[in-house]
Amino acid sequence: MTTVTPPLPYRVADAWAETADTRSIELVPAGGELAPFSAGQFAMIYAFGVGEVPVSVSALRGRHGGLVHTVRAVGAVSTALYRLRPGDSVGLSGPYGTGWDLEAAAGHDVLVVGGGIGLAPLRPVVHEVLARPAAYGRLAVLVGARTPADLVYRDEIESWRGRARVEVTVDRPGPGWPGAVGVVTTLLDRLDLCPGRTCALVCGPEVMMRHTARDLVTRGLAPQRVQVSLERTMHCATGHCGHCQLGPLLLCRDGPVVGYDRVASLLLVREL
Amino acid sequence: MSADAEVDASRSPASEGLVMGKDGMAALVEVLVRRGFTVIGPTARDGAIVLAELRSADELPYGWGVELEAGRYRLRERQDGAAFANAAGPQSWKSFLHPPRVREWTADRVEGELVLRADSPAPPRYAFLGVRPCDLRAIAVQDRVLTGGAYRDPGYEGRRSGALLIVVECTEPGATCFCVSMGTGPAAGPGYDLVMTEVADADGHRFWVRSGSREGAEILAELPARPADPETRETARAGVTAAADRMGRTMPEADLRELMAGTLDAPRWDDVAGRCLTCGNCTMVCPTCFCTTSEDVTDLTGDHAERWRLWDSCFDLDFSHLHGGPVRASSRSRYRQWMTHKLGTWYDQFGSSGCVGCGRCIVWCPVGIDITEEAAALYDWTRSGRPDPGPEPP
Repeated sequence: MTTVTPPLPYRVADAWAETADTRSIELVPAGGELAPFSAGQFAMIYAFGVGEVPVSVSALRGRHGGLVHTVRAVGAVSTALYRLRPGDSVGLSGPYGTGWDLEAAAGHDVLVVGGGIGLAPLRPVVHEVLARPAAYGRLAVLVGARTPADLVYRDEIESWRGRARVEVTVDRPGPGWPGAVGVVTTLLDRLDLCPGRTCALVCGPEVMMRHTARDLVTRGLAPQRVQVSLERTMHCATGHCGHCQLGPLLLCRDGPVVGYDRVASLLLVREL
Repeated sequence: MSADAEVDASRSPASEGLVMGKDGMAALVEVLVRRGFTVIGPTARDGAIVLAELRSADELPYGWGVELEAGRYRLRERQDGAAFANAAGPQSWKSFLHPPRVREWTADRVEGELVLRADSPAPPRYAFLGVRPCDLRAIAVQDRVLTGGAYRDPGYEGRRSGALLIVVECTEPGATCFCVSMGTGPAAGPGYDLVMTEVADADGHRFWVRSGSREGAEILAELPARPADPETRETARAGVTAAADRMGRTMPEADLRELMAGTLDAPRWDDVAGRCLTCGNCTMVCPTCFCTTSEDVTDLTGDHAERWRLWDSCFDLDFSHLHGGPVRASSRSRYRQWMTHKLGTWYDQFGSSGCVGCGRCIVWCPVGIDITEEAAALYDWTRSGRPDPGPEPP
């Protein structure tokens, strides 16, 4: 057991824009270092005097050797994090929560499905599979976004082509968009899916995860071979504040990554 | 202590306990104060039994009982002068162990560096005098939530580990009590330092006292008390046994966890939502409700910030706020969250029920919503042939 302690000071080593409302920050220790994170886990990031929010790691090791987080400015705290520049300080605690179960994915085809900023917690998975291709089967990355301007990691996604099957779709294309249009589940038709040896990792808006997981099960994947990363508000990440409940689950503790078999019925209950 | 263990233990003379009068109670408070405890116990003030710091046993609510009903709480005088013949009041011990406002840590900007410090003042050593068996269980339930998982709340642990628990068994349940249904009373379960049973009859006003820990035994040894006579023990036991038969409320004879999991789509939730004001009173008075929110404040220099933790309620619209709006917007979903958590998913999360049957949520609901009545209605619905679930939502 761990005693809850204040966050540790971390410094912003680098910060850059991903889209108009989304930026990534790389954080390095400035007095004590947290235990290593794994893909899919999250940190609580404290913006001085403003508050703390849970944010998944979007890369386990950035150019400066630090943790990378991708933040979309939607509330007071995330806007404060969005405004961070190199040299600024934050408080950081973690690692929290379950990560992606990559042991279950070992030896399997890996299907990564990310919607919007939901691609952020999946990016370390792509890094891992690309770094150790022999440990896994085929890698497919399906990406969905509202518009082309909302696509995060656009250049990096392009760099994955050739080493992975990459498909990108948007809901509302702008002029000159050459790619697919529609929800991300439409991309499943393009894959040569082997349900018996595929492990799917899905993150995005809840409605997108529900549809994607259900479509994958319809196509023959066992529900426990589909992992989803769920989101609820959190104030502590230590199982004490009660905000992140989803029925029997405390998502800071039992999640955010859970097998679809555990949540399929819960996701069908409105306002649970 | 389980019922079986008590039978076994009662064979040894020590567990036969001692008997003391009101002078013993006065001495108890004196001994506790002398030992450095902050003594908290019931007092009659502001028209209610209020937990407050005691400087003398004279402050105990001798001669005060309570009349409880859904949405109603009244003090009433008792002729027998009993101090503890009153069921759960508006507060519980969580007000002290898991206070409504706690500063958790501070942050300072010092020459460009961020300095974060835990706020860890030395906790007072509490002695809780007059813990009811239902509330003793409630403390155990909060122990599991706040210190039984992967992370321990250090503030709670500090306050709790030093606390001395003096339980008074229940002989006067209220009309809203259902501890028997929840298996928490009216006899005391494990975890006390001292337990007493109050007897006020023609043979006098007295307390049968037993110890449950070394510290409890040491304190008991300092009190003016005599070995317990069989008559007092019998009368005391009979009072507790009779209390079990005088519960004002009962839960349906069902597996409540299964009942909650299986009725998420019951129409009864719409019915209760039509009455519920989502005020959150039930969560504030509940002795196990633990949810909190955080508040970050800065001073005028802008270089000093503090993290405060405040009680929160799942009835608050902001409780489930996620970018885009609340997950639980309807009062139906918020009442359902509270009740299914309390009676059902608490087992999944913390290995026990979250309800101890104290009845506070019934008493302090401004519209008199009764959790036992709601559970019974859900149970009836499952037995009256629930309709097939409709198609899945899109």
